[in-house]
Amino acid sequence: MENSLFVKKYRISDQILNILIRLSSFLSTGLLVVIIGYIAIRAIPHFSFSILTHTTSVLKGTVGILPNIINTLYMIIVTLLIAGPIGIGGAIYLNEYASNKTFVEIVSFTTEVLAGIPSIIYGLFGMLFFGEFLRLNYSILTGSLTLAIMILPIISRNTQVALQSVPKSYREAALGIGATKWYMIRTVLLPSAIPGILTGVILAMGRIIAESAALLFTAGSVAILPTNLFTHLFSSGATLTIELYIQMGRSNYDLAFVIALVLIVIVLVLNFIAKWISQKFDVNKGV
Amino acid sequence: MNKKIESKNLNLYYGEKHALKDVRLDIKEHAITAFIGPSGCGKSTFLKTLNRMNDYVKNVTITGEVTLDGEDIYDTRVDTTLLRKKVGMVFQQPNPFPMSIYDNVAYGPRIHGIKNKKQLDKIVEKSLKAAALYDEVADRLHTSALGLSGGQQQRLCIARCLAVEPEVILLDEPTSALDPISTLKIEELLMELKKQYTIAIVTHNMQQASRIADYTAFFLVGEMVEYGQTKDIFAMPQDQRTEDYITGRFG
Repeated sequence: MENSLFVKKYRISDQILNILIRLSSFLSTGLLVVIIGYIAIRAIPHFSFSILTHTTSVLKGTVGILPNIINTLYMIIVTLLIAGPIGIGGAIYLNEYASNKTFVEIVSFTTEVLAGIPSIIYGLFGMLFFGEFLRLNYSILTGSLTLAIMILPIISRNTQVALQSVPKSYREAALGIGATKWYMIRTVLLPSAIPGILTGVILAMGRIIAESAALLFTAGSVAILPTNLFTHLFSSGATLTIELYIQMGRSNYDLAFVIALVLIVIVLVLNFIAKWISQKFDVNKGV
Repeated sequence: MNKKIESKNLNLYYGEKHALKDVRLDIKEHAITAFIGPSGCGKSTFLKTLNRMNDYVKNVTITGEVTLDGEDIYDTRVDTTLLRKKVGMVFQQPNPFPMSIYDNVAYGPRIHGIKNKKQLDKIVEKSLKAAALYDEVADRLHTSALGLSGGQQQRLCIARCLAVEPEVILLDEPTSALDPISTLKIEELLMELKKQYTIAIVTHNMQQASRIADYTAFFLVGEMVEYGQTKDIFAMPQDQRTEDYITGRFG
């Protein structure tokens, strides 16, 4: 039987590697489950819907995070309204119009550096420039402007990658039957690039929701219900993450865990929506 | 036969590289003119100068003259949108947009301002019929064009080109990515289309040139070596290099 094909199938080194790979994949998913599970266990006993629908008030004796939820959503919308057009427009310009290679490279390099700066530094800049120099003080607008600078690289980078992945033949076809460049971009390029652009926007939303360092000294820590949505833009407003930070500082862990749970649910829901939208708008998948 | 397009002393440079050298060539109306030659000989580059698709390539310099019905297409006053409405192009790889079959064909007319649904319906039907595709897709006009086979996609691209009612159709190796049966269908289609349109086609395939082209031009390293009626070029080439190429001595 010296020459038989029926030798042992598994070599020992293969088996060890196999176990290691399984272990690491188990660890990464396991960690997520453990963290979410732990937060849920700590949060659920203290959770009630009244927390979601009330404001914390010593006078009325209520505890709630409604203002923080509103501030977070408000912060997301305003920040995306500022950074979205600039980031997407900038990426279109860099990818489709800019002809000076050095210029494009400098901008791309700057964008990448911008993406690597610790967020507290954005906070410092935002506080001094928007808050003090432009006299916007602690406000949702100051926070949004600061976050807009921070997420600009994410949006612009993802848009660029999405545009680059659109086949050159689409461009040729459109231009070849007389489309102007902007018409081609509007009707062929952008629709094909939408899943990629949306991915960037969703990642940016994640950053906005998660951010606390850059907001602490720009948007401030006040948590009251807005009386007027426009003037609310100019008043201080604590997001959920800031509130979480404040509650942890007060050793108020029960409420902190409830906020953490709310944050996680929001992030999960956003991720599912993002997946769904990307699939729905994916024009490239054929039939 | 009338000259539809004339090029005189046409030179084209990619940076330092001299890619087209003093090309002088007429393209006759209602005929098929084929450009043959080995890879990199400039035949595709020449085709692209005829509707200014080289405008989008960086570092291109063009000197000389190309006229369409006597008008210089490189004149600064030329609107490339109008030029490309008259001179359409079909590419090597079928490149339908990721849209429905209907929207692909309606793309060109919409650029040129046609919005009326009934009018568009008519154009789409007419163009698809002219491209010999209508019967195969009539019941699924509003499904994605990416679901069609390669040969159908290429005929769709021809339909998309026809929808803007061009006068000249440029085809850059339109069948090189297709199977023999699809190739045959497209060749038959071109023979039919030349009655109404002026056609210029780049091809790698000499049999294809001899089958469908009325005139053939042979290109070699940026030079237009020989041009004449197809039967003459293949039966008694004047230039030794042409003879070497068509008898398969190089290429």
